[in-house]
Amino acid sequence: MSRLQIHDVSVQFPGMNGGESVTALSEINFQIEPGEFVVALGASGCGKTTLLNLMAGFIQPSNGYLTLGDSDISGLPRVACGLDLQDQITGPGKDRGVVFQKHALLPWLNVLENAAFGLKLQGVGKKERIERASYFLKLVGLEDFHKHPVYQLSGGMQQRVGIARGLTNDPQMLLLDEPLGALDALTREVLQELLLDVWRKTQKMMFFITHSVEEALFMASRLIIMSPRPGRITHDFSLDFNKIFLETRDARQVKSMPEFIAMREKVLGIIHGDEVLNGGAH
Amino acid sequence: MKNQESIHALDLAPVSKAESAPKTKSNLMQTFLSIFAAGPVKPGESYGAPGQGKSLAISLFTTAFLILIWHIATYLQWVKPLFLPSPVAVVQRFWEVATEGFANATLLEHTGWSMMRVFSAFFLAFLTAVPIGILMGVNRIVRGLFDPIIEFYRPLPPLAYLPLVIIWLGIGEVSKVVLIYLAIFAPMALSARAGVKSVAIEQIHAAYSMGATRWQVIRHIILINALPEILTGMRIGIGFGWTTLVAAEMVAAQAGLGFMVLNAAEFLVTDVVIMGIIVIGIIAYLFDLFMRYLERKLVPWKGK
Ligand SMILES: Nc1ncnc2c1ncn2[C@@H]1O[C@H](COP(=O)(O)OP(=O)(O)O)[C@@H](O)[C@H]1O
Ligand SMILES: [Mg+2]
Repeated sequence: MSRLQIHDVSVQFPGMNGGESVTALSEINFQIEPGEFVVALGASGCGKTTLLNLMAGFIQPSNGYLTLGDSDISGLPRVACGLDLQDQITGPGKDRGVVFQKHALLPWLNVLENAAFGLKLQGVGKKERIERASYFLKLVGLEDFHKHPVYQLSGGMQQRVGIARGLTNDPQMLLLDEPLGALDALTREVLQELLLDVWRKTQKMMFFITHSVEEALFMASRLIIMSPRPGRITHDFSLDFNKIFLETRDARQVKSMPEFIAMREKVLGIIHGDEVLNGGAH
Repeated sequence: MKNQESIHALDLAPVSKAESAPKTKSNLMQTFLSIFAAGPVKPGESYGAPGQGKSLAISLFTTAFLILIWHIATYLQWVKPLFLPSPVAVVQRFWEVATEGFANATLLEHTGWSMMRVFSAFFLAFLTAVPIGILMGVNRIVRGLFDPIIEFYRPLPPLAYLPLVIIWLGIGEVSKVVLIYLAIFAPMALSARAGVKSVAIEQIHAAYSMGATRWQVIRHIILINALPEILTGMRIGIGFGWTTLVAAEMVAAQAGLGFMVLNAAEFLVTDVVIMGIIVIGIIAYLFDLFMRYLERKLVPWKGK
């Protein structure tokens, strides 16, 4: 298992209509160790998605570089003479699975085909595809839904398919951008627990973005808090509420522990302070 | 209080024989009105998107109503048969042209020629416009090459460039098919291009993060995503094809529905004109039904 490292990375987006360029991330230094469940928390626009897109390889850093183990994953695509058809050498890869908030499943494929899609791209044979996809669909509780069209599933079930799909390529890490953001509170809690179970069983590195302080504290073994303009990591906490849950299996008890509540107030204080500052800036 | 009583009184009133006669009349009225009724409301529909429910019965009624008005107008001689022949005359003429022919060809021959022209243009457009539209969507060079050409000629009426097509390609079959082809090409290519552009960036990212190559992203995500709009483009395209048919058959045609209509108009055979229009309309409509069927079969996930 190898760690993901971010070395002195900045990201600037060119301004709209020749306006000022936006510094979405500024001089980020940060690493994720094998087996860590890292949660990123912060107000909208502080660069969480940009950070995740960098790790996934969807965007390239303006400065600095990223490594996963020994390989550089910040690679810029090699685009020659405008024929955008040749393979990308680095950038996104099957060593980093991604789970999106929505719109990312393929509606023309059923549940099983969606989960097995990555394997199909790799040229894995049909029998093995079904076998491996079935394993992960079972892990997320969808063993009875193989033939269902994904567009007929509820939002929670669709995200289960998304999680299974992210895992079938056996990536080193899973990147999740507010995967539970669009779900109702009950479904959300069920999937929080499911993700922790998946994490424990697979031992993958996780990078999970959320807006919810409670969700962040419950899921994280490491919590980073980001602040905007320019996007930076301002706080970095080690937590173990997720391990307590995995031992006791009682989420409500964990979330009402005095330590949990104290931490929640502290984090809210940090974020609220940020928001007051933002409000002043406008 | 008074109201309540009167309702009771109505409820309890025995139905006499005398009353049942007007009742059948109102039943008829009800059956008639029922074709306009939306039918039982499904949950969520009353306050859902407007315009739901079946409309087939209403459409059939509209058709029947128009034919009836047409019949009355001609029967009572509101208009001269020269301007508007009766439905019966048109049907008779249909039979006559089908069996004996008009302008040296039977109806089947006219229809055959027109369908040959429209569908070969449609087929050629499909083979060229869809790939070019897709390439315009995924490649900036192809987009740069074709965008000005398509955007320039697209709004021109086919009649405007018909003389040029004839000067270049002569008065044979080629110029007719090319004229129809040009009319179909633009909407089909632009739809394919729009379909390519409609893909969600998350789907592309997801594929890349599963190790897809650029070519795999195009083949497995972008092309399939573009299918619904490509099919819509085919529907719009064939519509333009039929629209252009008459223009294409204006010059030096020996047969064809458009030619038949023009020829009949020249000799003021109005019933053949109307019959030709109806035949073109029905063929176009049937093909559209077929395309809609294809859509349901090929892309049941459309808009999901
Ligand atoms: N493609 C882009 N072009 C220009 N600006 C962008 C782009 N993506 C993000 N930004 C800007 O970068 C900042 C960080 O955005 P993002 O990473 O999406 O924040 P978050 O996910 O934390 O809400 C925002 O100010 C946003 O407006
Ligand atoms: Mg975001």
